[in-house]
Amino acid sequence: MKLYSILFASILGIFVSFTTLAESAHLAVAANFRQCMLALVTELEKESNHRYVLSFGSSGKFYGQILHGAPFDMFFSADVAKPIAVSEAGLGVSKSRFTYAIGRLALLSSAKKSALALEQTLITGAFNKVSIANPKFAPYGIASLEVLDHLKRLEESKSKWVLGENIAQAYQFVDSGNADLGFVALSQVMLEQKYAGSFWLIPDSWHLPIQQQAIILNKAKNNPAALALINFIHSNKGKNILTSYGYLIAENNSV
Amino acid sequence: MSLSPDDLDAIWLTLRLATTVTLLLLILATPIAWWLAKTDSWLKVPIGALVALPLVLPPTVLGFYLLVLMGPNGSIGEFTKALGLGTLPFTFSGLVIASMIYSLPFVVQPIQNAIQSIGDRPIEVAATLGAGPVDRFFSVVLPLAKPGFVTATILGFAHTVGEFGIVLMIGGSIPKETRVVSIQIYDHVEALQYGNAHFLAAIMLGFSFIVLLGLYGFQRKRSGEGLHYGR
Repeated sequence: MKLYSILFASILGIFVSFTTLAESAHLAVAANFRQCMLALVTELEKESNHRYVLSFGSSGKFYGQILHGAPFDMFFSADVAKPIAVSEAGLGVSKSRFTYAIGRLALLSSAKKSALALEQTLITGAFNKVSIANPKFAPYGIASLEVLDHLKRLEESKSKWVLGENIAQAYQFVDSGNADLGFVALSQVMLEQKYAGSFWLIPDSWHLPIQQQAIILNKAKNNPAALALINFIHSNKGKNILTSYGYLIAENNSV
Repeated sequence: MSLSPDDLDAIWLTLRLATTVTLLLLILATPIAWWLAKTDSWLKVPIGALVALPLVLPPTVLGFYLLVLMGPNGSIGEFTKALGLGTLPFTFSGLVIASMIYSLPFVVQPIQNAIQSIGDRPIEVAATLGAGPVDRFFSVVLPLAKPGFVTATILGFAHTVGEFGIVLMIGGSIPKETRVVSIQIYDHVEALQYGNAHFLAAIMLGFSFIVLLGLYGFQRKRSGEGLHYGR
């Protein structure tokens, strides 16, 4: 009898703790932040009972979907403009908008090449195809063009551009060998053993900072899982994960 | 709202792609359709299934395989490099090949059905009257199977115009080379230019409806001839 009551109490306890403490949040995450978000969430899920459902893609597509009622709880964009637009459309909690990371751009080569050699290749134009996230809408693509412009290679390299629909496709075009060079997010290649010695971290003074902002959407206004994630990103542990993937931390976190 | 020069480039490229693919497919598909219609070989079933594969495969499967195979480390890629042609992804030729695979069943099947419905009799009669194989094909088979060829042409063209997934995977959105209308619409939507997207999308909608209207009207008129593709 005693055993049963202990069992009952503990089952009840688990049940109560799940219902009161455990929440889930569905996150729409910009493609460049994929690996880092997976690392963040894996760690956070160990520490808490919160659960996260992740969707990765281009910020533009998520923005469009959010405008049309997509059931996300948080939106991690690769830029500032889209979270602002979500907030102005009355779909997000404006106070929750913050810069979660500042992205860094890298030049990836399909063959092993030293950073110096890669810089030279880009400057001299000695390549066949360079993949770029579509600058019409992808923040990393816009930064890529700023780099080419900085090198005065914008016009003459145009015929060698192949455009990915987001930074993940720009990366995949190089990885599959179809483009010999590609502008990618540092976070995509930094921790990958196979890319050691085949990318170059582009100086961040060559392009405008890639500020990446997130916002909580209205339906998750009081979602503990979303709040826990924001707290975790601001914690030292969270910041360490971000920097290990090559992101810079915004000095003034909230805007 | 009007069409931008980029939009016009995309439309022109799409028409060029669809025309090239349709013409090449008519040449390639006719012997395949003929063989499938006439053969008693055990290979008929597997080859028929192979030809029909693009009907059921997700475009991502074809796009993925083509990207890998036609890339510099793939077997097709190494072959085209050896020929001095470079690699095929991100090129118009690459899209032509991808679209030919993608639209193959839409061209083979109507022709095959039409040839089957002629039967052997008219061809045998022509043979007894002394017509050679080439003459038999052009003066007996072709006129009798014309509805099948018309259907194949229309479907092959329209299906290529409607292609999206494969082009997204192997195209790289290059103006005047691989940025077809469906990709241009996608780019507009991603860039939140809904006005431009609406305009091009409406053109595609109108085009597709008119094509199918024409096709079904044609089939209805010819309904005695045993061709009911898509109905």
